[in-house]
Amino acid sequence: MRARIQENRTRNSIRAFTDHLATALAILATVLVVAPLIVIFVYLLYKGASSLNVAFFTQIPKPEGETGGGMANAIVGSGMLLAIASLLGIPIGIGGGIYLAEFGRGTRLANAIRFTADVLNGVPSIVMGIAAYSLVVVPMHHYSALAGGVALGIMMIPTVTRTTEEMLLMVPHSIREAALGLGVPNWRSVLSITLKTASPGVITGCMLAFARVAGETAPLLFTALGNQFWSVNLNREIAALPLQIYIYAQSPYDDQHRLAWAGALVLIVLIVLAVSLVRYVASRGILKGAS
Amino acid sequence: MLLCAISIFAIVALIAIELVLQSQMSWHKFGLPFFYKFNVDPDTHMPLFWDPVNGTFYALPFLYGTLVSSLVALAIAVPLAVGVAIFLTEMCPRFLRSPLSFLTELLAAIPSVVYGLWAIFVLIPLLREHINPIFIGIFNAPLTVKFFGWTGLVGDDGLFGGVNLGLGLLAAGVILAIMILPIIASLTREVMTSVPNSQREAVLALGATRWEMIRVAVLRNARIGIVGSIILGLGRALGETMAVAMVIGNNPEIHRSLLSTGHSMAAVIANEFSEATSDMHRSALVEIGLALFLVTILVNGLARLLVWAVTRGTPARVN
Repeated sequence: MRARIQENRTRNSIRAFTDHLATALAILATVLVVAPLIVIFVYLLYKGASSLNVAFFTQIPKPEGETGGGMANAIVGSGMLLAIASLLGIPIGIGGGIYLAEFGRGTRLANAIRFTADVLNGVPSIVMGIAAYSLVVVPMHHYSALAGGVALGIMMIPTVTRTTEEMLLMVPHSIREAALGLGVPNWRSVLSITLKTASPGVITGCMLAFARVAGETAPLLFTALGNQFWSVNLNREIAALPLQIYIYAQSPYDDQHRLAWAGALVLIVLIVLAVSLVRYVASRGILKGAS
Repeated sequence: MLLCAISIFAIVALIAIELVLQSQMSWHKFGLPFFYKFNVDPDTHMPLFWDPVNGTFYALPFLYGTLVSSLVALAIAVPLAVGVAIFLTEMCPRFLRSPLSFLTELLAAIPSVVYGLWAIFVLIPLLREHINPIFIGIFNAPLTVKFFGWTGLVGDDGLFGGVNLGLGLLAAGVILAIMILPIIASLTREVMTSVPNSQREAVLALGATRWEMIRVAVLRNARIGIVGSIILGLGRALGETMAVAMVIGNNPEIHRSLLSTGHSMAAVIANEFSEATSDMHRSALVEIGLALFLVTILVNGLARLLVWAVTRGTPARVN
């Protein structure tokens, strides 16, 4: 009897020890992950902030080796590319999301589309670039801003579709039922009741997709190509912020490195804004008192 | 609305058709050996894989580089990510949970090119000056070579032999690990959260310690979903382009050493596509793209099915 109690005691102390060990390991893993990530993040902010100046926003790149200059053309170029991408990606994405959440809910087709959207989300951006190259650049016979915009737009569609769907699903059922109970046709209820209720969420979801493609470089390499000069022609090669960062990161000149860090900061600020907005809207639950 | 939704199918089909059409030329010339054969250089007797000037196009070094860098990334990221997920779901004080998940979300959204920029100026010098020498010391010490020489993994021809440039497969693996960590961690966390509390309570009621509860109730129920999220991370690592192109060294050769420079499938497309010397060169690059497309579709499809099998039934969560 006594031997058995003794045995149980040792076993329990081993169990307690394993428990403490596991806890310690999990905490260690978290610290090992979070600490370097915070360091990276702060480093990016610090480097970017110390490199940023007014010229960055107002001047175009100086020739190789000369100091100074900025990325005004790349910022405008990125803006134009993103405008084309948004025109293409956001309406189609929102439409797809509405279908998934409202009209096709639970059907086999909707499940298949949802699955395909998720898979498409995981297709490497460089492959999207090749697709846009063969769809737009080959028929037009030259690189263009349009091709870059199309590549980014295609990438936005699955993201916008899925976030729109998620946001619409957060709208409580009772609101839809109230609309339908008043004799409103289904399409009308979807557009002016559900979509309207979820609109802050849908808008921030679009912002998130926007911020994500703003940093995409790979699909632009052989669609928009990049440009050292001022250009706002949709039919021509155009500069873009991430492309310029890529080129400057590999250049031998310190001053171009500085511009690359500043460009990275601009992208990061965009991302931080979008992610915090999404979280803010999601945490408010779209509708006060809903869910 | 249906049309918009259907367009997603159309996009996938379009991408597939375009890739197949554009890669016809290289497919007809090289066939399947494109992915495993190589020529031998008559002067140096070294294998010759990729020489656009002379029309040699074999993709083996790119497959190798992609695979090795992704595996290194998984080896680093998976244990850490699962540890983080366990901490966040089971142990974390409530007030820490929100900022930590905010941070992971943020880091998952930082562009690849920014990670590449950071890697060039911080990670590579760090590896070259401080971290690689430690591994070189361990792997190339006379004692290790004496005892583990038969594995072929140590010594001058081993995993850490050769010149220490900082650039190379290891650097690519490390930056990939940093990039996929937030993804794996947040998905694993989601899968673990979807395990019903009643399971946890049942195991605790039987007198289990917290770790036993995690092992029996959480990990066992969520294991399929965890595997799914790891595979999803793998899919991301396989297709990652810019950061890898900036640190892997862009050298289409195969060496055993992780310190040697290499090349990856996505990186070679990014580097050479817009300056392709011939139609065959471009077609070969598209064929690599097609292979990448098929692999990532398979990997992602599988992963989504696994994650879905576990989280099904729980409502979609945004934060």
